[in-house]
Amino acid sequence: MIEVQGLTKFYGTVPAIQDVNFHIHKGEVVGFLGPNGAGKSTTIRILTCYMPPTAGEARVDGLDCFQKSLEVRRRIGYLPENVPLYNEMTVRRFLRFVAQAKGVEARELPREVDRVVDVCGLERVRNRIIGNLSKGYRQRVGLAQALLNNPPVLILDEPTIGLDPTQIVEIRRLIRDLREDHTILLSSHILPEVAQICQRVLILNKGRIVATDSPDALTAQLQKSAKIALTVEGDGRQLARALETMDGILAVQLESNHHSRLILETDRSRDLRPEIARKVVEEGLGLLELKAMDLSLEDIFMQLVTEEAPVEEGAVEASETAEEGK
Amino acid sequence: MMRGFVSVYRKELYLLFASPIFYAVAFIFLVLNGYFFYSSVAYYNLLSFQAGQNPFMAGQLNLMDMVVRPLFMDICIVLLLVAPLLTMRTYADERKTGTVELLFTLPVTDGGALAAKFLGVLTVLFVLLAGTLPGMALLEYLSDLNWKAVLCGYLGLFLLGSAFMALGVFTSSLSRNQIIAAVLSFGALLLFWVISWMSSVLGPGASRIIEYLSIIRHFDTFSKGVLDSRDVIYYLLFIAFFLFVTLRQIESYRWRG
Ligand SMILES: Nc1ncnc2c1ncn2[C@@H]1O[C@H](COP(=O)(O)OP(=O)(O)OP(=O)(O)O)[C@@H](O)[C@H]1O
Ligand SMILES: [Mg+2]
Repeated sequence: MIEVQGLTKFYGTVPAIQDVNFHIHKGEVVGFLGPNGAGKSTTIRILTCYMPPTAGEARVDGLDCFQKSLEVRRRIGYLPENVPLYNEMTVRRFLRFVAQAKGVEARELPREVDRVVDVCGLERVRNRIIGNLSKGYRQRVGLAQALLNNPPVLILDEPTIGLDPTQIVEIRRLIRDLREDHTILLSSHILPEVAQICQRVLILNKGRIVATDSPDALTAQLQKSAKIALTVEGDGRQLARALETMDGILAVQLESNHHSRLILETDRSRDLRPEIARKVVEEGLGLLELKAMDLSLEDIFMQLVTEEAPVEEGAVEASETAEEGK
Repeated sequence: MMRGFVSVYRKELYLLFASPIFYAVAFIFLVLNGYFFYSSVAYYNLLSFQAGQNPFMAGQLNLMDMVVRPLFMDICIVLLLVAPLLTMRTYADERKTGTVELLFTLPVTDGGALAAKFLGVLTVLFVLLAGTLPGMALLEYLSDLNWKAVLCGYLGLFLLGSAFMALGVFTSSLSRNQIIAAVLSFGALLLFWVISWMSSVLGPGASRIIEYLSIIRHFDTFSKGVLDSRDVIYYLLFIAFFLFVTLRQIESYRWRG
């Protein structure tokens, strides 16, 4: 449904994305991940025909985004980053405008507007001025606008940013309900969100795709070590030193603000939990919690994004050892 | 295609008439025109009173030349003042608030959106000019008016105003700051207005060109009640040129992102 090949965009002489390639099949829900400035919005803006690429091509439904721009725009519902809306208009007037611009017939207009108002839960505010709405409702109006005329492709640029937790859950539920009959590309910083909603993630860093797979596959592929969370009753500093020397434990991290919680990084080949429990008792502390932690998508993301710069890491280590030597 | 144009036009109208700028502009426009109207009618009144005692002078008195034409010139000046205020938001505001991203990704062509926006400000111009008609009706009631000449003058005013608007829409596409857009269009319009002042200094060839470029010279014939196709063509060319460069500017804006 969406094909991107060799996509490159320069702002002046600064490259925002370089040689980006990916395919999204019909009916897929794909998450677009990347740190700030990775080029997510740039890629999305090319796909939605807001700007042409410097090189490469993007196709939606087999149509080139640059040459068949209008055709492509008819097939896409787009929620831009920061949700720009005409603040002077009422919700209903705004939705009528977008529906009409998208080619909904005059007879169908009220019904189509009512449909998206219903889907996005906007009944209560439909006659309010958009400028006076809360951020959560603005986001919903943006989403409602994207859904008008029922386009087969939805492109959502950070749909949950800046919302409170209940609103985030609501919007996510909304997007999940849309999975049935839409191809969805959504960008985000929030990794668990992408893991929950998407079948596949594209990870973008510094303008290049660094990984693409399902969240589970990525987790399995990159899980080099297992983490164990340990909470004890009392001061854990003594325990931390004892555990550091234990066979199979790669690193011990003591949470700085209270010394009773430790994160242990262990060898994946065997389960060290019984031994750790014994050690805690030996130290004369009470064991409150001991559990294996899955490597979260967040960790993977950090790994992918930071592995890009091994030189810098090496440099930091070198300087640290130099200081220790003094 | 047509639906996209109509929707953007309706949106523009709503935003134009919902904004306080329109009401401020309309207020100033009507107050100034009311003042000009009153003063020229009062003057005419005084003269016709004197003419009552002096039959030679009575032959010289002419409502068209003494009231209507000066009034038209006054309207031109007020239009020069208010046109930049009406056009400054056209693209600058959309860029500032980011709604341009919405507009440019809807299935509406750039040309269609531009036409809708331009027609939107022309509608406001039409409303403003219509607001001066009651004065004319009053003149008709007091004395006999040459309506053909008056309508010709109004056509000229509308064309002149449209030319102001076209240039204003263009400067609005240059910046995301409305004030800058307004200042640029006011400056450029003033330049097009006073450019003919240079004509006496220059040689005959250059002065002809400069005379032709002057935006206000072409209005003279209209205000005399003469419809000259050359003047109509001048204004249409002026409008077409600035709409064309606006379109090019939008295209380049899309490339730059
Ligand atoms: N209009 C522009 N002019 C110049 N540079 C730009 C422009 N828009 C974006 N950039 C630059 O291009 C790079 C990619 O930006 P982009 O907005 O695509 O990142 P992003 O992944 O969406 O980031 P975020 O997560 O913060 O939204 C950034 O370095 C940014 O500074
Ligand atoms: Mg972004």
